[in-house]
Amino acid sequence: MSNENGRFGEFGGQYIPETLMNELISLEKNYNYYKNDPEFLSELDSLMKGYAGRPSLLYYAEKMTRDLGGAKIYLKREDLNHTGAHKINNCLGQVLLAKKMGKTRVIAETGAGQHGVATATVAALLGLECEIFMGEVDCERQRLNVYRMELLGARVHPVTTGTRVLKDAVNECMREWVSRVDDTLYVLGSVMGPHPFPTMVRDFQSVISREARVQILEREGKLPDAVLACVGGGSNAMGMFYNFIGDEKVKLIGCEAAGKGIDTKEHAATISRGSLGVFHGMKSLFCQNEYGQIDEVYSISAGLDYPGIGPEHAYLHSIGRASYVPVTDEEAVEAFEYLARTEGIICAIESAHAVAHAMKLAPSMSPDQIMIICLSGRGDKDVAAIARYRGVDIHD
Amino acid sequence: MIKNLKNVFDHGKAFIAFITAGDPDLESTKEFILTMEKAGADLIEIGIPFSDPIAEGPVIQEADIRALSSGTTTDRIFDMVLELREKTDMPLVFMGYLNPVFHYGYEKFFARCGKAGISGIIIPDLPYEEKGECLGIARSHGVEVISMIAPTSEERIRTIASEAEGFLYVVSSLGVTGVRSEIKTDLASILETIRKATDVPAAVGFGINTPDQAKKIAALSDGVIVGSAIVRIIAERGREAGPYIAEYVASMKDAIKDL
Repeated sequence: MSNENGRFGEFGGQYIPETLMNELISLEKNYNYYKNDPEFLSELDSLMKGYAGRPSLLYYAEKMTRDLGGAKIYLKREDLNHTGAHKINNCLGQVLLAKKMGKTRVIAETGAGQHGVATATVAALLGLECEIFMGEVDCERQRLNVYRMELLGARVHPVTTGTRVLKDAVNECMREWVSRVDDTLYVLGSVMGPHPFPTMVRDFQSVISREARVQILEREGKLPDAVLACVGGGSNAMGMFYNFIGDEKVKLIGCEAAGKGIDTKEHAATISRGSLGVFHGMKSLFCQNEYGQIDEVYSISAGLDYPGIGPEHAYLHSIGRASYVPVTDEEAVEAFEYLARTEGIICAIESAHAVAHAMKLAPSMSPDQIMIICLSGRGDKDVAAIARYRGVDIHD
Repeated sequence: MIKNLKNVFDHGKAFIAFITAGDPDLESTKEFILTMEKAGADLIEIGIPFSDPIAEGPVIQEADIRALSSGTTTDRIFDMVLELREKTDMPLVFMGYLNPVFHYGYEKFFARCGKAGISGIIIPDLPYEEKGECLGIARSHGVEVISMIAPTSEERIRTIASEAEGFLYVVSSLGVTGVRSEIKTDLASILETIRKATDVPAAVGFGINTPDQAKKIAALSDGVIVGSAIVRIIAERGREAGPYIAEYVASMKDAIKDL
């Protein structure tokens, strides 16, 4: 979808300090080489199958379907991957690429901790040094994941600058990368940042829809009518959408974090409330004030607590190919509880945003229609926070 | 008549001073700029504060936070520069991240720069590949877009230098802005490559702190750019920083003036 300069329409680009330009050019060259290299692809494929546990299940949520009384609902179970989320798909790709490029060290930002855990995991497996940058607020929200990363041999740096959440962790990663670029690859966790990251991460995540497309055709003999995924930076959504983009009848729906409501100041709903800007290396949509200062955003979900969105999403939105809807904390928590009760699946609070919208949408569809929800991750990490949201005093 | 960038390098090595607009408030910024001019600064880089300055070390990051919390906005910075223009014709440039400029609107932003006598702009997140974004509009208002060259630029140096205007901003070291005790980059060879490609002057910034460092670097280049060391004085002394800044700038200018 992107052209040579990494543009998706007007979105994307490489707005990054000169110090990093040669490294990005080298990364792009290497990626373009290895993505067609049979040996790289076969190594990646065997890691995806033999280590991450792919293909992930396409699960028919029969009780949920019956209960909501509309479309037939399938869940793409990325929560069943090793490390419990879709993040491993991208990390296997990028860390393997880093190794091929002769890098000995990877750095990464993390919000909820899922991308940090996945990066630390693959770095441990492939024998690379790993340092993770995580906002101090997120370290507090996700203490178990901090410990998990340390168990995996990574060094975790709590980020104390700015608002001390995901965007600040990205800032700090970029600062670290300009300081030490020779032996280090920045393993960006989402379809964002400067080119080639949005394209590369999307390609590594597109395994989700490649599998889902085959699986649904086998099960139902037809394509789904709607595909839903939660969107922060947008990597699981891009992975879930990608192989359906050409199928114009398949509706693509991204669910963004409306926090306490898009009419309050506490949300992270970039498409609903953002405007065109340039930040973190890309031209895209961002939550910002009238002078282009980036807003503090909010979501109960650390993984969606980001003021921007990947440039390909901004493009799909601008041409009307995908639509994006806001989902509040309350709706997401209700969906989290609903899925646990109904299907016996505790999903990530991020994924629960997509489940919440599915609960609104499914009853308006007919029983011969099909929807697939990307269940991007599992919810063990969120149990304590949801309990606290409901007034139960549990700490992990 | 307002002096432009050509005048900066006219009489020996240039001392270029950076200050974050609005730290601790715009009235102080105005006073500090005049103080630095008097103390011998040849050019002032006025930093437009940004919420997420990814190329800055902690000293300037904190200055940006102080400036934004004191209510500094792009409009107020333009007003401050207009007031400053009643008192000085010295050359001034902006240094700022692309988003505040983009969001203000390139046409409106550069038109106001032109009216306020801002001769150039340094945008750390606008590399060579993306400068087409605003180059034409900036030029049409007489504002030069200053290009940066980094220790990692290698074969890009020639391309960047051959299209450079105003002056070249050579980044001394890997990493973000901030005071460094030692600068290890082979600046001599970078500057030699630049000289072969262009007559545009080259000034070096990032990490320069002491008169001794300034002297060594100015010997190789056309000037030195100092930011964090000045901003640190403001962080420590606040509104009373004036005399301390004056003393520091004079000592730095003195170190390079006879080269």
